[in-house]
Amino acid sequence: MLYFIIRRILQIIPVIIGVTLILFTLMYIIPEDPAKLILEKGATPEALQNLRGKMGIDKPVYVQYWRYIKKLAKGDLGTSYRYRRSVNSILADHYPNSIKLALAAIIIEIIIGIFAGIVSAVKKYSFWDMLVTVSTTIAVCVPVYWLGMMLQVSFGLKLGWLPMSGMGDGSIRYYILPAITLASVSTAFVARMTRSTMLEVLSNDYITTAYAKGLSTNMVIGKHALKNALIPVVTLIGMDLGALMGGAILTETVFNWPGVGRTIYLAILQRDAPVVIGGTIILVMIFVVMNLIVDIIYALLDPRIRYEKKEIQI
Amino acid sequence: MAETENNKILEVKNLRTYFYTDDGVVKAVDGVSFDLKKGETLGIVGETGCGKSVTALSILRLIPEPMGKIVEGEIIFDGKDLLKLGQKELQNFRGNRISMIFQDPMTSLNPVYTVGNQVMESLVVHRKLSKEEARRGSLKLLEMVGIPEPKRRFASYPHEFSGGMRQRVMIAMAIANSPSVLIADEPTTALDVTIQAQILELMDELKSKTNSSIIIITHDLGVVAKYANRVMVMYAGKPIEFSNVDNIFYKPMHPYTIGLMKSITRLDEKNRKKLKPIEGLPPSLIDLPKGCIFRIRCKYAINQCKKEYPPLVEIEKDHRVSCYRAKEFMDGILERFGN
Amino acid sequence: MASIKELEVLEEIETGKKYSRTSLYKDAWKRLKKNKLAMLGLSIVILLILIAIFAPLISPYNPISRIKEDSSLGPGMNHLFGTDLLGRDIFSRVIYGSRISIEVGVIAVGISVIIGLFFGALSGYFGGISDAVIMRVADIFFAFPYILGAIAIMTILGPGIVNIFIAIGILGWASIARIFRSSILTIKNKEYIEAARAMGASNNRIIIKHIFPNSFAPIIVYATMNVGIAIIVEAALSFLGIGVQPPTPAWGKMLADSMAYIDTAPWMMFFPGLAILITVLGFVLLGDGLRDAFDPKLR
Repeated sequence: MLYFIIRRILQIIPVIIGVTLILFTLMYIIPEDPAKLILEKGATPEALQNLRGKMGIDKPVYVQYWRYIKKLAKGDLGTSYRYRRSVNSILADHYPNSIKLALAAIIIEIIIGIFAGIVSAVKKYSFWDMLVTVSTTIAVCVPVYWLGMMLQVSFGLKLGWLPMSGMGDGSIRYYILPAITLASVSTAFVARMTRSTMLEVLSNDYITTAYAKGLSTNMVIGKHALKNALIPVVTLIGMDLGALMGGAILTETVFNWPGVGRTIYLAILQRDAPVVIGGTIILVMIFVVMNLIVDIIYALLDPRIRYEKKEIQI
Repeated sequence: MAETENNKILEVKNLRTYFYTDDGVVKAVDGVSFDLKKGETLGIVGETGCGKSVTALSILRLIPEPMGKIVEGEIIFDGKDLLKLGQKELQNFRGNRISMIFQDPMTSLNPVYTVGNQVMESLVVHRKLSKEEARRGSLKLLEMVGIPEPKRRFASYPHEFSGGMRQRVMIAMAIANSPSVLIADEPTTALDVTIQAQILELMDELKSKTNSSIIIITHDLGVVAKYANRVMVMYAGKPIEFSNVDNIFYKPMHPYTIGLMKSITRLDEKNRKKLKPIEGLPPSLIDLPKGCIFRIRCKYAINQCKKEYPPLVEIEKDHRVSCYRAKEFMDGILERFGN
Repeated sequence: MASIKELEVLEEIETGKKYSRTSLYKDAWKRLKKNKLAMLGLSIVILLILIAIFAPLISPYNPISRIKEDSSLGPGMNHLFGTDLLGRDIFSRVIYGSRISIEVGVIAVGISVIIGLFFGALSGYFGGISDAVIMRVADIFFAFPYILGAIAIMTILGPGIVNIFIAIGILGWASIARIFRSSILTIKNKEYIEAARAMGASNNRIIIKHIFPNSFAPIIVYATMNVGIAIIVEAALSFLGIGVQPPTPAWGKMLADSMAYIDTAPWMMFFPGLAILITVLGFVLLGDGLRDAFDPKLR
């Protein structure tokens, strides 16, 4: 198990290097001169040159990349063009809010998604199954920010039940609409996946064995089928965190949620590349780490995985 | 051999189990009746798809709904019709009074729970046991079925076991509550030949220890010859011949059974003849022809076979056959093992 | 019954025929026609393409001309979907918006299919180091959340429709490459390919003549679904202001413009969003239907 975890952590490193390399390459071919962005219009050429030297952007590209990586390894994401503050401090203010929102969304995703999937599979072709199928199909296709706006109009504006935007005092009422919005696509995927794996699992021989033992339907589904069905679902939830992170930018923008996503959005508008890139890296990191956690849960759920990994250990 | 009513532990009457598919209704089991006596081993034989497994599943009402449905019949166990029981009562019978061993031990155990957990479950579900009692009980069961180092193996997962060992675990689960009836659905088909004998010996041994009855479903006539007391031969969802094992092997009266017997090598025959497979393929169970189903493959078919399905009648004592010409075989008018 | 079919397949493999290719597509079409949802998807897609082509004929107003006295009108007789703050007809803008979505969908996915096929072929057919490297790179692209990648690339490249093609095109190649690679691997070892090789066919020839037509089905399925994803990503990018630039009417941008007025003019955001939903739904349903049609076992 320890081997497995170490191996998975080692596998992350090339991903991070690859991601930073791609982003850095793209940043390097940026047509705009960041020095000009930082200084006011009409700055002297000397001042510009001076700043370029300070920022190190007059050096060759590989030197710049190495510096960036070195800084990144220390956790330094660079300096904002706009605010002349370190990107770290800007993001530090905001990322807890993003994580809180993401957690709320994951909770919705897991509870509603899995429950809907199970009901749909166990009562196949029933009204509930139809309802789940139709709503998940639509949820997958709906633009999240539009869904967010529709929820704002209906529950915030027309019915007045819930606050339309912002975090307010941080009470749970403020979380409901953005969390539902953020969770919508993922919940649909989870429900679909749960349904199909559950159907597959229910056709397995060991389910017949469990019934033949004299277990009740609830026991068979809750104990024998669920654990097997959840294994692929857990993987999906892990893979889907990426969508959640991406969705965070859109959702936080619509709901004026003070998180990393909205910070990235504002930085996009201000063409503040270090903040955008830094924020993106943070989101990717959160994604990768959560993915690792999911993989470990996966291995805990499925003894066969642990076994195989042990087998192919060198 | 005086047959008294209370000698029967299980009686199946006119069982019909149909499957409703896109292509039509599959009459997988169509009018099966048999009885099981205390302490005996009953063999059910037939080709793949003849309905023998569905018969077994029907007894415990494990037919996957809504595709499959038991449309008619009675399954009398201990004076009660199992088909009339509610879910809760049925669960009390399953795995307790009647238990079942399945064909493929590789897929019949849940891969994500330990073997011990699954054996314990069989005990816990029917008895009020403490965790420790259940654990001890399961270890004893694992030992009984010949699993080496049961204490260590208790915490293993099914994938760490070989096929034969898994089937032993299945047996341990099945006998956990000393059932009156043990149904074994092709228990050795998926196993190596050397393991097959071990598993069958184990079942036989446990049967005499626990005084239970066994229904063994197989297409292996060797297994039947060695372990069964009585045999029911099935063809296309119907029983076609039912008698004790000697009659079936030495005095078969249904052309299909005769064909089966011809298709096996007889160690006891001096001049071993070439194996003779039955010509033709088993029919699709959707559009069954009128009359006798076997007549298409039967060289003894007569006009009457086309008109009506031959009823299962008692030709001689304890020997029931569903063929119009059975009497002629019995009287020696028709040669059985000639050409 | 089944055994007869098996015999046919065997025969085809033995004679080196194209593995019943024509009948695969014919059968798939037959199954697709029976699938009501898929046909709904197909109708939406066709309708959408027609709308995009005939946009100037259908739309009652110029999508970018401002009619001052008509600004901020709700849906009505003159303006079916109402007007925006600048007095532009939303119905006409939604109609014209379909052009951007279709363009992005088709071109961006076209780019990713070309890149994906190239690397997939390299990886699947030759194996070895090229396979290992390409698949690791594909892993990185998979690890990278699609929309985050698009946002990062667009921030750096700057807004504009060509850059959208590039961003979405680059990001989508990995799934196509994987699919193509795996179908090559399964087909590669089939007898008729070995027969072709034994007869001296070159690698290129084998890929183009034998492998490509046979792995076409899964690629069509994935490409169709990717069009839906591309459209939704483009809309998101335009919504964030790094996609299509004004005054070109794009659905995502229209939604962004309407964000500030959801309390006073909710119709401004209703129709463009609905248009995105229906469009993506069309491609997803069609993609699902195609998948089921090509491989009925997957259902």
